[in-house]
Amino acid sequence: MKITEKPVAFYPEFVRKSGPHKETTHYCPGCGHGNIHKMIAEAMVDLGINERTVFISPVGCSVFGYYYFDCGHMQAAHGRAPAVATGIKRANPEAIVISYQGDGDLAAIGTAETLHAANRGENITVFFVNNAIYGMTGGQMAPTTMIGQKTATTPRGRIESVHGNPIRVAEIIATLPAATYVERVAIGDSKHIMKARKAIRKALTNQVENRGYSFVEILSTCPTGWKMDGPDARDWLVEEMTKVFPLGVFKDESDHREGAWHRQVEPFDPAKRDAYLGAGEAEAKAEKLPLPAELHCKFAGFGGQGILTLGLFLAQVGMRAGLHASWIPSYGPEMRGGTANCSVNLSERRIGSPLVDKPNLLVVMNQPSLEAFAGDVVQGGTIIVDTSIVEKCPEYPGRRVVRIPATGIADEVGTPKVANVVLLGAICAATGAFPQAFVEQSLRETVKKKDLVDLNLAALRRGYEHVGDAG
Amino acid sequence: MSRKFMKGNDAIVVGALQAGCRAYYGYPITPASEIAHAASLHFPALGGTFIQAESEVAAINMVYGTAGMGIRTMTASSSPGFSLKQEGLSYIAGAELPCVVVNVSRGGPGLGNIAPEQADYFQVTKGGGHGNYRLIALAPNCAQEMCDLTVLAFDLADTYRNPVCILADGFTGQMMEPVTVPVARPVPFDHTSWCVRGDAATHRNLISSIYLESEDLERHNLKLDEKYRRIARDEVRFEEYQVEDADLIVVAFGIVSRIVYSTVDQARAQGLKVGLLRPITLWPFPSARLAELAARDVRFLSAELSTGQMVEDVRLAVEGRAPVHFYGRCGGMVPGSEELLAEYGKILEGGRS
Repeated sequence: MKITEKPVAFYPEFVRKSGPHKETTHYCPGCGHGNIHKMIAEAMVDLGINERTVFISPVGCSVFGYYYFDCGHMQAAHGRAPAVATGIKRANPEAIVISYQGDGDLAAIGTAETLHAANRGENITVFFVNNAIYGMTGGQMAPTTMIGQKTATTPRGRIESVHGNPIRVAEIIATLPAATYVERVAIGDSKHIMKARKAIRKALTNQVENRGYSFVEILSTCPTGWKMDGPDARDWLVEEMTKVFPLGVFKDESDHREGAWHRQVEPFDPAKRDAYLGAGEAEAKAEKLPLPAELHCKFAGFGGQGILTLGLFLAQVGMRAGLHASWIPSYGPEMRGGTANCSVNLSERRIGSPLVDKPNLLVVMNQPSLEAFAGDVVQGGTIIVDTSIVEKCPEYPGRRVVRIPATGIADEVGTPKVANVVLLGAICAATGAFPQAFVEQSLRETVKKKDLVDLNLAALRRGYEHVGDAG
Repeated sequence: MSRKFMKGNDAIVVGALQAGCRAYYGYPITPASEIAHAASLHFPALGGTFIQAESEVAAINMVYGTAGMGIRTMTASSSPGFSLKQEGLSYIAGAELPCVVVNVSRGGPGLGNIAPEQADYFQVTKGGGHGNYRLIALAPNCAQEMCDLTVLAFDLADTYRNPVCILADGFTGQMMEPVTVPVARPVPFDHTSWCVRGDAATHRNLISSIYLESEDLERHNLKLDEKYRRIARDEVRFEEYQVEDADLIVVAFGIVSRIVYSTVDQARAQGLKVGLLRPITLWPFPSARLAELAARDVRFLSAELSTGQMVEDVRLAVEGRAPVHFYGRCGGMVPGSEELLAEYGKILEGGRS
């Protein structure tokens, strides 16, 4: 098809088009795409937006949109144009983004992307060319194919009980509160074309004025796919298609949404990010504290006792002491059996496996944990048991067992919630890992709520004292 | 203080922010969800974009849109979700767009479970979608690397206009370790010549992977191939521990490399001369170094959380010059030190073949 009186938003010559004919489009005679392209190009010129427009070509007959429009182009995977449009518009709200899609692209394989872009109120313009058939792949059934219509994959005609019904997308989109403007138009005759031109212009104007998501469904002809000549195709469109796909405005909130859907973004500001994340700040003079022995620890108890947080406390104290430290929650078959547990490693050397199979320190806050893990503790290792919870704590030959009623002590201090801090004190005292003053300072820096600092410090001291008293 | 104790998944977001990433698109999935949680908190706070997409498919296509503008962007998921991204990755590689995709992999096939596995190695290193393309694949093994390799990933993506994958596992994602937050630097790339920003300077550009004529598509493929050869030549990264005199070199990445690292000294204490070669880039694979090491009297063991995937690349690299063994666990099972030591002993007692 030859486009006469080209709008300047079209390239003077279609150089990206393959083959010798650089002045005509690749569309078949009587196809609606040429008309629709021209109306869009005219609107782009009138609004002065072609240089800031990004046109997304779908998969389908209009895959070659980039042959024609003098604007930026991205070609998208089948059905994904609204997602690509989202990625463009959100990264540069000043770009004018057109998602131009056919019926297979928009209403079959891309249904999810279509609905959700509309539902987010993406400030984009969607042109939906509905010609009731798959043109490019050879005339197969579209989601909008009419009941009784014969296609390459409905040789007996579309049958409701077999293929379902034609989908009315404009009506569906109009139910979504975030959609601003939804209209269905047609290109059958000049009267319809006038209305289509107006709708196209409005849908683009809305985006320029940041009024939000606009959706224009355009009933269009496919004489090749329909196996008709041009005039018959136009008649069929006007007489038959409009019965199933009524024309009109289904929703229009344009008037009171000006500017409402502009989503501001900022360019990358390295200094701002450094300040936000605390990058480049001088380290507090790292006290490299020697560790009497590497610690490979397992912490286990019921969920909610703060046992995982206890492991985290210890690891963070280690980090502040300039040590290598790792913390990892339970994994694999270990997760079964009613225990929450974690592994912690502290070392002056690089840590290999973060997983602790053979701990030299085990801290348990319930009976099943003691039974599950005590046997794994290496000879010479330490087992610390909260005897407020664990009733039966036997001796383990070759291991030191430290018994401390941590939950009871925490209760005396003020709340059972600090039982894990009592245990932290016990751990540091039992292993001699860190000086008490250092752990207290770490706790002051770690505990976020300042009114809880004293409570935590009291719990920590009681833990130290209990082990110290026990000798 | 710039040294913070954080999860590997959070460290990825920190690395992305400091690398100048401006838009994150994702869909929740265990064990990668913390990445989306952190992104939803931090990106908007810094004037960036976060969208919880309707699907993994939509997320990777949103990445396509932002990447097509020459703006740094990313998505992250775990194995089943990563499968869904393959279509988009093929288009992104075909259109030569820079972006970063993270796969905190879990157990498969199918729904599998949420425990760690490394069974997405084939998918990530061989090109999981259609057509001739490669992802650059980086395999961190600690929280600091989750951050630092994310920064590197963005630089590699921009340098080669190619998607870069961080292949982590549930352990490296969930594990907490100290991380020194890197200082953010301006992004030293100007993509005006090819990107489409929706402005006058780029309005004549086209982002596409369609080449209708066979000659054109072959030329495009050969151009991509030339790029992949350059990457294979220039971007191989690996780490070695005690390989020089080793009788057995264990090849392992991610969490397994950490476990193997622990066993090397233990093995040597038992008189077994074991070393570790850890690929940091899974693609390009350190094949040349393996071939070099295979020239002497040595055995290799590929240790993986899979039923045997990377081992194929080890075999291809040594080309039959040395025996290549395999040891793997899967489904969330992880080899312990003693288990590996027993395996080393068995292989080395087996004598020279």
